[in-house]
Amino acid sequence: MEKDVKKQQEYKDIAQKYEPKPTLIKNIIWAFVVGGLICDIGQFFLNLFVSRGMSLEQASTPVAIIMVFLGSFLTGIGIYDDIGRFAGAGSVVPITGFANSIVAPAMEFKREGFVFGVASRMFNIAGPVIVYGVGTSIIVGLVYYFLK
Amino acid sequence: MDYIRAFVVGGLICVIAQILIDKTKLTPARILVLYVTLGAILGGFGIYKKLIDFGGAGATVPLLGFGNSLAQGAIKAVKKDGIIGAFTGGLTATAGGISAAVFFGYLFSIIFNPKTKK
Amino acid sequence: MAQKKMGSQTVKFVNPPSIISSGTIVGPKEGQGPLKDYFDMILTDDTYGEKSWEKAECKMFQDSVNLALKKASLNINNIDYLIGGDLLNQIITSSFAARQFNVATFGLYGACSTMAEGLSIGSMVIDGGFADYVIVTTSSHFSTAERQYRFPLEQGVQRPFTAQWTVTGSGSSLLSSTGSGPYITHVTTGKVVDLGMKDANNMGAAMAPAAADTIITHFNDTGFTINDYDLIITGDMARVGKSILMELLNKEGLNIEDKYKDCGIEIYDESQDVHSGGSGAGCSAVVLNGWLLSQIKNGTYNRVLFIATGALLSPTSTQQGESIPGIAHAVTISRYT
Repeated sequence: MEKDVKKQQEYKDIAQKYEPKPTLIKNIIWAFVVGGLICDIGQFFLNLFVSRGMSLEQASTPVAIIMVFLGSFLTGIGIYDDIGRFAGAGSVVPITGFANSIVAPAMEFKREGFVFGVASRMFNIAGPVIVYGVGTSIIVGLVYYFLK
Repeated sequence: MDYIRAFVVGGLICVIAQILIDKTKLTPARILVLYVTLGAILGGFGIYKKLIDFGGAGATVPLLGFGNSLAQGAIKAVKKDGIIGAFTGGLTATAGGISAAVFFGYLFSIIFNPKTKK
Repeated sequence: MAQKKMGSQTVKFVNPPSIISSGTIVGPKEGQGPLKDYFDMILTDDTYGEKSWEKAECKMFQDSVNLALKKASLNINNIDYLIGGDLLNQIITSSFAARQFNVATFGLYGACSTMAEGLSIGSMVIDGGFADYVIVTTSSHFSTAERQYRFPLEQGVQRPFTAQWTVTGSGSSLLSSTGSGPYITHVTTGKVVDLGMKDANNMGAAMAPAAADTIITHFNDTGFTINDYDLIITGDMARVGKSILMELLNKEGLNIEDKYKDCGIEIYDESQDVHSGGSGAGCSAVVLNGWLLSQIKNGTYNRVLFIATGALLSPTSTQQGESIPGIAHAVTISRYT
């Protein structure tokens, strides 16, 4: 068994030598630019709602709704994955990426039906996000209640 | 000016995620979970609010902002309703985004079909 | 006493079966690649007019069988066995295709090594005197494999440079007890080898040790040297796996560089953005049955060692953090007996 571990390590070293490294600098620049631009689109709508008399906090809900709409729509017409190929995290991390993670699997599993295909696959990635997000917020709320 | 700040803050948040993906092989799905959790924690400590004050949409549009809204909502509701608020506040504050995701997600999944990659 | 066995894992045929005809059908992307002139049929739309990509893959499988039969002026009733495999769970492509054919069927799973596995078993069946005609078919489809193993198509993700591109295509070889070649003379069946690689986006690295093991065993068992071959071609090591394999073989004192090609590299042009190269059960099948057999028939290569490699992972095993076992089967294809 010990020999196996040694052999595996030796092989890992060989394999790593030939593993092309991700072009980190290029990826970072793309992520920065695309992520920044998506946020600027959000800023545009945020300013729009604030100028119509909403408070900053109030305006964040319609902005989220619009961004989700855009992310879903661009996924539907087949553009979001092309953006993602270059942008990487730049298009994953904004809330539009959250919308993409809902529409992409749902669309693809339509052939498996509208209940176990579309509706259940929608939450493939969004489900864990909501579980951990809501879970953490409840803990935050409880901690706040007891420490206040 | 606010566009530049939003661009830089939002861009940098994405860059951190990109480095994590390339260096640690974390999948995008795990990044999303990590960011929403982190956002809720930072929101709980009231730290994220400062980033929003500076970066505007640059801080609210990334999923960290979604986590922050959840935590802020929970705290706000606790202040108003007591302990029950911990359970109602988060989802109340983010109801718009989540409902939109469910509604538009379903709608566009039904209307459109996936296209093969070229 | 097994009289046709040589060494530890190799079989030598007494009456080597002939590959009397072949059929290939590929998707649009493969049809733009450097081997486009060698395929029988190129789809303009990878749904092939069907409602799902799974159905499209099934139709490709059937058509590649029909193409091979037609070229040999045979029909399915002349066939003793259909031996087929694919990548989808429970090999549904092969089974669903075979239900149209009404023929005795063996379903195989060897991941991307299935073409060589099928040729091995088909040849044994014929040389054993159990059949006169056997058709061996495999298929894969980018859009069915992608959603089973990786991400939905429209998800915005970056593919790492080590990732391979699943070939959309199906290839069939029609084996016969009589015929004028190319002949299958030797078969070396591989062992499952696992050196602990876990990255499902780097299958070349997971499969290279298995390929090296099978190649070395083949030379040891048969007593052949590298000079006995004009070409050594692997199924889908792709660029990353190819480099690793050559280093592993060099360490064993075997330098194959001048005679070595890989189907996964040959099928696409570098400008096609497939990163490391092609993969999938259809990859080696279409390259063998399209390009390679024609090169053997016209004398460019007189004797070829065809090694198809498979990464024996599943989405479940990947999620549970298991390492990826690899396998490789070698088949000697020769212009003369």
